[in-house]
Amino acid sequence: MKVAETSPGFAFEKAPEAEGWNRPPVIEPDGEGELLEVSMGPHHPSTHGVFRMDVALDGERVIRLKPVFGYLHRNHEQIAETTSYLSMMPYTDRLDYFCSLSNNWAYALAVEKLVGQAVPERAEYIRVILAELTRVQNHASAIGFLIQEMGASGTPLMYAFKEREKILDLFESLTGSRMMCNYMRFGGCRVDTSAAWLEATRKVVAGLPHFIDEYEALLSENEILMARCQGVGVLKPELAVNAGITGPMLRASGVNYDIRRVDHYGIYDRFKFRVPLGEHGDIYDRYMVRVLEMRESIKILEQALKEIPSGPVMDAKAKIRGFRPKPGEAYGRIEAPKGELGFYLISDGGNGPYRFRVRPPSLINLTVLEDMCLGHNVADVVLIFGSVDIVLGEVDR
Amino acid sequence: MAVDKELKIELGKQGVFVTTIEELYNWGRRSSIWPMQFGLACCAIEMIATTMARYDLARFGAEVFRPSPRQADLMIISGTVTKKMAPQVVRLYNQMAEPRYVIAMGACAISGGPFKQGYNVLKGIDRYIPVDVHIPGCPPRPEALLQAFMTLQKKIDGQSLTGENRPRHLNADAPGEFPVPVQGEHDLEPPANHLVWPLPVKQGTGNCVQGSEKQ
Repeated sequence: MKVAETSPGFAFEKAPEAEGWNRPPVIEPDGEGELLEVSMGPHHPSTHGVFRMDVALDGERVIRLKPVFGYLHRNHEQIAETTSYLSMMPYTDRLDYFCSLSNNWAYALAVEKLVGQAVPERAEYIRVILAELTRVQNHASAIGFLIQEMGASGTPLMYAFKEREKILDLFESLTGSRMMCNYMRFGGCRVDTSAAWLEATRKVVAGLPHFIDEYEALLSENEILMARCQGVGVLKPELAVNAGITGPMLRASGVNYDIRRVDHYGIYDRFKFRVPLGEHGDIYDRYMVRVLEMRESIKILEQALKEIPSGPVMDAKAKIRGFRPKPGEAYGRIEAPKGELGFYLISDGGNGPYRFRVRPPSLINLTVLEDMCLGHNVADVVLIFGSVDIVLGEVDR
Repeated sequence: MAVDKELKIELGKQGVFVTTIEELYNWGRRSSIWPMQFGLACCAIEMIATTMARYDLARFGAEVFRPSPRQADLMIISGTVTKKMAPQVVRLYNQMAEPRYVIAMGACAISGGPFKQGYNVLKGIDRYIPVDVHIPGCPPRPEALLQAFMTLQKKIDGQSLTGENRPRHLNADAPGEFPVPVQGEHDLEPPANHLVWPLPVKQGTGNCVQGSEKQ
């Protein structure tokens, strides 16, 4: 594992040559016996919800893999076009239902860009604190699910959920809901935090390093985990960049691209943190990048909780409802726990978006699933799929 | 034909345990409900949270989530059922062995929830399969799911093995298979199963549930 100390930003002058992208990915069967077509899903327990993979197998080897989407298509974009800007906020919670607060932030950012709205200092700090807490609980659960698919039925996931419950309690006491927080508004946040809440958050954050140490002692050098993860599902950096992969998956392939560093959205340029990078791009690197990112998130949390100023949480001029932006377009993006989450809005001067487009990290990270799985055993498909860390609400939308 | 309660307690003090087949049978069934490992959307995460250490579904004998419908007693419809997914849900229900129960968890499974106005979301799974317990919420808290489990246990406890009111699995005339909807030109066909939807109106109970055939 190497770690980028400085911030080189997005360093590609020209995209590296695509090695084999755009080809029909075919592995030749060895000619003996028949191909077996297996339909995994949509209710297969390892598919994180309702996702289907049509896999062609030569013995145990994967020859072809065709993902089938749409079992959770909930027409978010159509609903957005018939409703107002504010009433779309709760729907963003339900995109990636593990990280509702990150989704809120990305959508608020897009609308703020559209109307040119400033955000007060304290609200920015609260947003950073909530987004990083979300990242910790998402990565912990993602690792738990990954290990569960390896056969460790329950135990690592229970460790993760133990910690997740503590974070959800914080969310609940601040926003009123465990999962669907609906907290951020255009120009700030809905309610102010109390001193007691900040104190409780400090206490939880102080306990997080111990949790990660414990988690790592359980997993990182586990022989089964290493045997099943190292060298499996390798994603080359060239392919990752060309396919638009973002988030921990891209960084596990060794590409230094973190939107917190590249875009400087919010107030991320005030915090000191490092961007962990992988070397091999296999499942183990993806696991390790997530663990290290949790540690970096804790650093950001500690700094933000120390520096948080007092002041208002809503801009005095901010309009929450009933505003009509001038015709135009805006794209707001953040580094969500799963990758680049973007909202693209077109306004035609009405009180709701004319077009509302989500750029979901889960769907785009899933596009290289076939390339990672070809030639591996069918049991590894489940693991590779788990290491992508998707949420179906965001894939199908 | 239950045993007199006071007599039962009196006998219990003297070390004699008296019960009926019915009670024993229902006690066994309600204490080991095995749900199907089957998550649909957001509510599935709360369902997983319920099985974890803090809420501990194992207290109700229901922690054994089975991936196969053949081994499951209970189907928790945990999330939005889309029109693409509805046929698979009904097919999974058909594959479960009797006695089988259904909990509709969350606003989406009950009625379509926040996505009801959309074109691709089923407006309630009870159009196609009989639902025993509905839990409102978006998503319901884990405590609400535990409450649903207790409600279901009470329902199982109250089932009599003989007579007119015996449950479906003891009635040879009751339907075992429910028709699987298919995607038609504009919508799922048929739009509802008329054996279970609209819900039958109970006379004189005051809590009639009205349903309309049109969406």
